[in-house]
Amino acid sequence: MTLEHFMDEAISPWMREDGPDSDIILSSRIRLARNLANTPYPLFAEEEKLEKVKGFFQDNFTHTSLGNYKNFEFIPIRDLSAIEKKVLVEKHLISPHLTKHTQESAVLISENEQVSIMINEEDHIRIQLYFPGQQLRLALDNAFRVDDWLEEKITYAYDEDKGYLTTCPTNVGTGMRASVMMHIPALVMTRQINRMMPAISQLGLVVRGIYGEGSEALGNVFQISNQITLGKSEEDIVDDLESVVNQLVELERNARSLIMKESGIALEDRVYRSYGTLAYSRIIESKEASSCISNVRLGIDLGIIENTSRNILNELMVLIQPGFLQHYAKKTLSTNERDVLRSSLIRERLQLGK
Amino acid sequence: MECQECHERPATLHFTQIVNGKKHEIRVCEVCAKEKGYVSYPEEGYSLHNLLAGIFNIDTSNIDNPAFQQQVKELKCPACGMTFTQFKQVGKFGCAHCYDAFSSKLDPILKRVHAGNTKHSGKIPKRTGVDLQAKKQLNTLKKELQHLIETEAFEEAAKVRDKIKALEKELQQPEGGDHS
Repeated sequence: MTLEHFMDEAISPWMREDGPDSDIILSSRIRLARNLANTPYPLFAEEEKLEKVKGFFQDNFTHTSLGNYKNFEFIPIRDLSAIEKKVLVEKHLISPHLTKHTQESAVLISENEQVSIMINEEDHIRIQLYFPGQQLRLALDNAFRVDDWLEEKITYAYDEDKGYLTTCPTNVGTGMRASVMMHIPALVMTRQINRMMPAISQLGLVVRGIYGEGSEALGNVFQISNQITLGKSEEDIVDDLESVVNQLVELERNARSLIMKESGIALEDRVYRSYGTLAYSRIIESKEASSCISNVRLGIDLGIIENTSRNILNELMVLIQPGFLQHYAKKTLSTNERDVLRSSLIRERLQLGK
Repeated sequence: MECQECHERPATLHFTQIVNGKKHEIRVCEVCAKEKGYVSYPEEGYSLHNLLAGIFNIDTSNIDNPAFQQQVKELKCPACGMTFTQFKQVGKFGCAHCYDAFSSKLDPILKRVHAGNTKHSGKIPKRTGVDLQAKKQLNTLKKELQHLIETEAFEEAAKVRDKIKALEKELQQPEGGDHS
């Protein structure tokens, strides 16, 4: 079954490719919220109506393809085990919300895991696309293609004045959230990010931790996205986000070279200590692992550590999550057991990465 | 300044209450404020709903008060039955038709959430929005025409005028033409 193929690899196929600025930008994402014109929204609709929506997608889109996005797999969420749900969330293929409203929810995932279409989330349809590095514009163009493709068979809830009508007033208009995942350790070390956050929020953008709303910035990975969806075109929103992101990339690069110049030996020490912890520890918590992985990745980017793949950050960040560890072990694990398995998986990956 | 209720702790909360048009300054400590019901704390942390309700500028403490509910002439969505009061409580629409039903009260809310914006200016659906796309194009052309006339570029203006005429003719056709 294809579900296995989504579950067994910690990193999605598209992550293996490099994109522009991928030393700092891990991924670009576009999400579009859409609804059917004449069905009540999922939070309020009767079960049978949502069942019909789900059935429509299953009948019309299972194993279909659109360009590079081949062979969409239809997965009803209620058929998944608790651990499987966790893994899909950790890989960002579905949202935590989708796993909480499991009865009528489902997801369509393309073979390369670049596109996922969530069904009966907060909105009837949530289209989501990922690209490696800074490729927001490309992601937007492709999101529109997927959107138009679905719209051939669906009449969307749309109003001339208010745009795409969503469940939550914070998404109305474009229904779009554009976001970029950035690894900015030098901006954290120099405490510049704290000073920048208020300025960024004044531009209608938000900075959050890696797993979205309310989550902590594990391993110096931050998500930056647009807040406003009404009154600006998708292209303008993406332009604004891009310009802020480009500035952050430049500032991060400057901060990195400054740290290298001013305290190169201290940085080298920090990178190698983290490498040592990852390579030799026998028990490791996810928080410590995240911060060590971040340091090692920085070491790779700065040429301190050679012969190790950059992808290791993306991969280990998912691999060390509770859901993935338990899927790997094929059983539920206690916190302690997870910390042991986590350290052994990391050691194994570092060996393979050589 | 000490708390006007317990006269023990310092007053950390200051607010103005207006009763029958008369102003009262109230200075209390946090403990008394809670005890006397000047402020209410949510039971389990601060939820997104509280936050949204805050954005919508709604006093949620009054929502269950029947007298208050009667004051507001209740708007109700004919399609899904959601009332405006319910919408404000949950911060979510019940269906696409709610937007129409609540339209008279929506713009202030959208302004708060979207930095003063109330009108969509992004994508139009490709299949069902053919007419809208033409309309949008028409508006752009009309503006262009205006500009050309103002700058006395009459030759160009004539071309744009012809385009507008052609487009208007297309729009007048029933069903907005063929879009298969």
